[in-house]
Amino acid sequence: MFGLLDINNFYCNCESVFQPRLQGKPVVVLSNNDGCIISRSAEAKVLGLQMGDPYFQVKELLERHQVHVFSSNYPLYGDMSRRVMYCLAQNAPEVEIYSIDEAFMDLHGMERYLGSLDTFARNLRAKVLKRTGLPNCVGVAPTKTLAKLANRLAKKQPEHGGVVFLDTDERRRWALEQVAVEDVWGVGRQYAAKLTAAGIYSAAELAACSDSFARKHLGGVVGARLVRELQGYPCHGLAPSEDGSLRRQSICCSRSFGQALTSFDDVLGAVATFLSRGAEKLRRQADAAHMLTVFVSKSRYGLEPPPYTFSAVVTLPRATNDTGELLTQARAVLAAIWQPGRYVKAGIVLDGLEPAGQVQLSLFCAEPPSEKRSLIMAEMDALNRRFGKNTVRLATAIPAPGLAVAPWAAKASWRSPAYTTQLSDLLQVR
Amino acid sequence: MQTVELIPVPDSDIPFLLPLFSCSVPAGFPSPASDEIEEMFDLNRLLLRHPDATYLVRVMGESMAGAEIHEGDLLAVDKQMEADHNHIVVAVIDGECTVKRLWCEDGAWWLKPENPAFKPWQIHDAGDVQIWGVVTHVLHELIPGKMGALLRTRD
Repeated sequence: MFGLLDINNFYCNCESVFQPRLQGKPVVVLSNNDGCIISRSAEAKVLGLQMGDPYFQVKELLERHQVHVFSSNYPLYGDMSRRVMYCLAQNAPEVEIYSIDEAFMDLHGMERYLGSLDTFARNLRAKVLKRTGLPNCVGVAPTKTLAKLANRLAKKQPEHGGVVFLDTDERRRWALEQVAVEDVWGVGRQYAAKLTAAGIYSAAELAACSDSFARKHLGGVVGARLVRELQGYPCHGLAPSEDGSLRRQSICCSRSFGQALTSFDDVLGAVATFLSRGAEKLRRQADAAHMLTVFVSKSRYGLEPPPYTFSAVVTLPRATNDTGELLTQARAVLAAIWQPGRYVKAGIVLDGLEPAGQVQLSLFCAEPPSEKRSLIMAEMDALNRRFGKNTVRLATAIPAPGLAVAPWAAKASWRSPAYTTQLSDLLQVR
Repeated sequence: MQTVELIPVPDSDIPFLLPLFSCSVPAGFPSPASDEIEEMFDLNRLLLRHPDATYLVRVMGESMAGAEIHEGDLLAVDKQMEADHNHIVVAVIDGECTVKRLWCEDGAWWLKPENPAFKPWQIHDAGDVQIWGVVTHVLHELIPGKMGALLRTRD
């Protein structure tokens, strides 16, 4: 049996734990740079606000209904997520952190110890709620796909008390009947359209498909596994969590700017900032990158015709994780794709990762990687860990003197305090 | 088979370690005790029952002065503990967080301040009040230091 615990409206509920006056009120959280809605409280959903609605489009509606609007506060959400996952790790034998607000649990053979898994799920749900104040739902089923489906039903149908347990074949069939095919985990928009065109509307109908049909129309073995999982035969185990054992294959760091930028130096500053972040992640997993991509985007809403995004890739003379070395390359790449205009976004991608220290030297590369440089990088990371982000950084990534905020800094006009990670931001009680 | 006991995993927070010495230190002259370090202990684990369910909050005002809780102090609030009579709790009234003593007298429950300048508040309906957590520790700075400095820079 697999369990899936998922926090309801995670970002909104993190806000209302520390601001109880928000309970029962419409609340929305906006994406990075205050772009669009990424979390809605139940009361905000009732108003017809949708995931992904751009802020500027629904601004009037938000104001009319006095919806509480927040910029995303990732330090807070990250810490609350850590507390949830810690609680799960203490109670379940094995946990796969699937995203910031949901985790799979492997409960195979645990009936012997835990007794009824239904009771276990209900207790776990109550524990997470008590320790974090975050309401959540649990689905328990023979496969991960069914656990996800059960979790969905637990959320949509409050009469189950937040837990749906698909222990028998009747229960499994009942659950499959309730869910539309496009809401099955692993069925994207394109497959959903294909399936409805073939007369398959519900998860139950999908589960009744033949193996050959699934292989032919749902991407080969992936589709066949999906159908088998719906039939109750587990095909997926727990994947290793992001505790360092799951290494990234490539690292991307991109953000949209709080305001449009026109000068090369400002855009380069943004690129240098994102690159520093990327290189830091690279060093954290002890890798070096072979390829560097730099991209910049202009506003789509100006007078200029497309294209709006420009990018270029360089293969580095040798794999590196040195921020300075990478920046030299990035500067050259940016200069090559640069043209005047109003830029709204930039980003970098580090690809072709290999373990640092096993670098293959190039025939045409003058000097071998210097040990001193890697010491500097290690020192820089240590200082930034100890004294906070950006304590030490490359000069290119520092805004021009006299500017308090970097011109490329994203908008976050309504960010709540970092209640659990900053001493200066703690919740205040009278 | 029902006798298996799950042992809780220790907290993974970055621990704050203090050395614990096993020999007595004679007053007057430092002893070369560094060879005798027995173990390191983590203040979080020593003091907090449930580190992962504990949240720090800051006190505003002097409504709890009688319980040695003063303006600017930090409170460790445990959300996992069940609140009971005589516990100091963080409670939510009308959407605002407040720190008071939970008190039961003749079957009636009260939220009592520890300062005669403030009035106790009777809980008439359990729905009116929500217990956010139980206060387990007070962090009060006796010698002006970083905590006070942090507070002053904010004002």
